[in-house]
Amino acid sequence: MCNVCGCGQGETRIEGDDPAHAHEHDHPHVHGHVHEHVHEHVHEHAHEHVHADGTVHSHPHAHSHSHGHAHGHSHGHVDHGHHHDALHGAEAAHEHAHDQLHAEGAPHEHHHYQERQGDLHYGLGPAHAHAPGMSQARMVQIEQDILGRNNAYAAANRKWLAEHGIFAVNLVSSPGSGKTTLLVKSIELLKDQARVAVVEGDQQTSFDADRIRATGAPAIQVNTGKGCHLDAHMVGHALERLALPDDSLLMIENVGNLVCPAAFDLGEAHKVVILSVTEGEDKPLKYPDMFHAADLMLLNKADLLPHLAFDVDRCVEYARRVNPKLRVMRVSATTGEGLEAWLAWLTAGLDQARTAREANVALLKRRIAELEAQLAAKG
Amino acid sequence: MHEMSLAEGILQIVEAAAREQGFARVREIRLEIGALSGVEVEALRFALDAVLAGGVAAGARVEMIDTPGQGWCMACGQTVAIAALYDACPRCGGYQVQPTGGMEMRVRDLLVE
Repeated sequence: MCNVCGCGQGETRIEGDDPAHAHEHDHPHVHGHVHEHVHEHVHEHAHEHVHADGTVHSHPHAHSHSHGHAHGHSHGHVDHGHHHDALHGAEAAHEHAHDQLHAEGAPHEHHHYQERQGDLHYGLGPAHAHAPGMSQARMVQIEQDILGRNNAYAAANRKWLAEHGIFAVNLVSSPGSGKTTLLVKSIELLKDQARVAVVEGDQQTSFDADRIRATGAPAIQVNTGKGCHLDAHMVGHALERLALPDDSLLMIENVGNLVCPAAFDLGEAHKVVILSVTEGEDKPLKYPDMFHAADLMLLNKADLLPHLAFDVDRCVEYARRVNPKLRVMRVSATTGEGLEAWLAWLTAGLDQARTAREANVALLKRRIAELEAQLAAKG
Repeated sequence: MHEMSLAEGILQIVEAAAREQGFARVREIRLEIGALSGVEVEALRFALDAVLAGGVAAGARVEMIDTPGQGWCMACGQTVAIAALYDACPRCGGYQVQPTGGMEMRVRDLLVE
C-alpha cells in the first residue's frame, strides 16, 4: 500500500527520518523495475503453460511468443483430460471448478479457468479456443485482500507490541474533538502509574507532538502529507524510533478523520473513537464504519452538555445500532469528569498486556530450561 | 472512503502477480466489493483509471462483484440480509446485528495475456 492516500505520494514524513529514505520505502517498485521483471518472466512462464506435461524448453525471447501459441493450441486440447485427472482425480475435475464458482455467485462469462495457478491454461480462455496467431488470454486467480499489505504490517506491529507487553490504542475522531487535550490530560494523570508514548498523525506540522512532549512523554510526529490516515507501515517506522520500554502504553493519535482510519489496522489492541458533544449526535449513523471499528467511544467535552441540545441517549443508541458491543464513557478532558473510568480502562489494558508478556517469557524460560536439560543429558 | 489508496493497493497486487506469473497485459480485473465495505464504487473506478494508466493493466476492464451485506441477528439467532452497518434486523427490527458478510475488498482474479 502506498503510504499516502492518492496523489500525495512520497510526502509522508516521520520525524527524524531522511525524506529520501522514506520515499524509497513508500515506493519500492518504480515503473521501470516492474517492466523489466515482467519481460523476464513472461518467457519462463509461457513454458509452463505450453509444456504442462513437465517438459521444459529454453526458447530465445523472439521465439517465445509465436511458438508458444502455436504449441499451446494443440497441446492444450490434447492434454486437457490428463491435467484434470492429475489434479482432481478422474471425471470430477471440470464440474468441481464450476460448482465452486457458481456457489460464490460469480457471473458466468469467465468461468473456464483453473483453480490453481500455473496448472493448465490452454483451452480455458474466455472463448475455450482461439484462432492461431492470436494472443491467448488466461485467468489468473488472485484472491487477495486489497488492504492485505497493510494488514501484514499491522500483524507485525501487533506481534512486536505483544512481545514487549505494550498496550496500544488507536485514537480516532473528527478534527477538533479534543483528542490531543485528552491525551495530555491522560498522560499527566497516568504519570505515576505507567510509561506513556505517543505517535501523532497529522497531515502537516509537529504542533501536536510538541504539546505531548511538553508533558515529558516521548512523542513522534508522523506527517502523512496529503494522506488522510495513518497506515501500519508508518506506525512500524515510528515504533522503531520511539524505542518503547516493555509494559508501556502507546497512544496513537490518528489523523482527524472519521472515515479512512476505520479501514487501516495499525496493530493496536483497540480503536477508541472520540466524539465531542459539540458535534452532531447522529455522527455514528453518518460515519458508521468508524463506530463499527471502534471498541470504545468517549463522549468528550461533557462539561458543555448543559449548554447544548445534544441528546446523549440518542447518540449512544445510534452508536449501538452500528456496533452493539460498543462501550461508552462520558468524559471531559477540561474538567476531568469521567476520566477515572477511562484511566481504569487503560490500566486494565496495560495489566493484561503485561500479564500476557510475562506468561510468554515464563513459557520461553521453561522451554530454554528443557532444551538445556536435553543438551546436558547428551553431553 | 480512501479509494485512491485502494486503487494503489490493487495496482500493487496486479504488478506483483505480473512479476510472479509472467504476463505483460491485463485485460480485465475482477474485484469483490462488499455492500458493507464502505467503498464508493464509482470513486474507485475513477481512481483506478488514473492509477492503472501506463502500467500492465492500462485500459483494463474493471468488473466489480457486489457481495451482499449479511449479519447475524442475536435476537433471532439467524443470518439476515442488511444493506448498511446501521440497519435493523428485517425480521425483528432490533439492532443486535453483527455483520458477517459483505465486508470484502478483494481482488478475485485477472484476465491476462
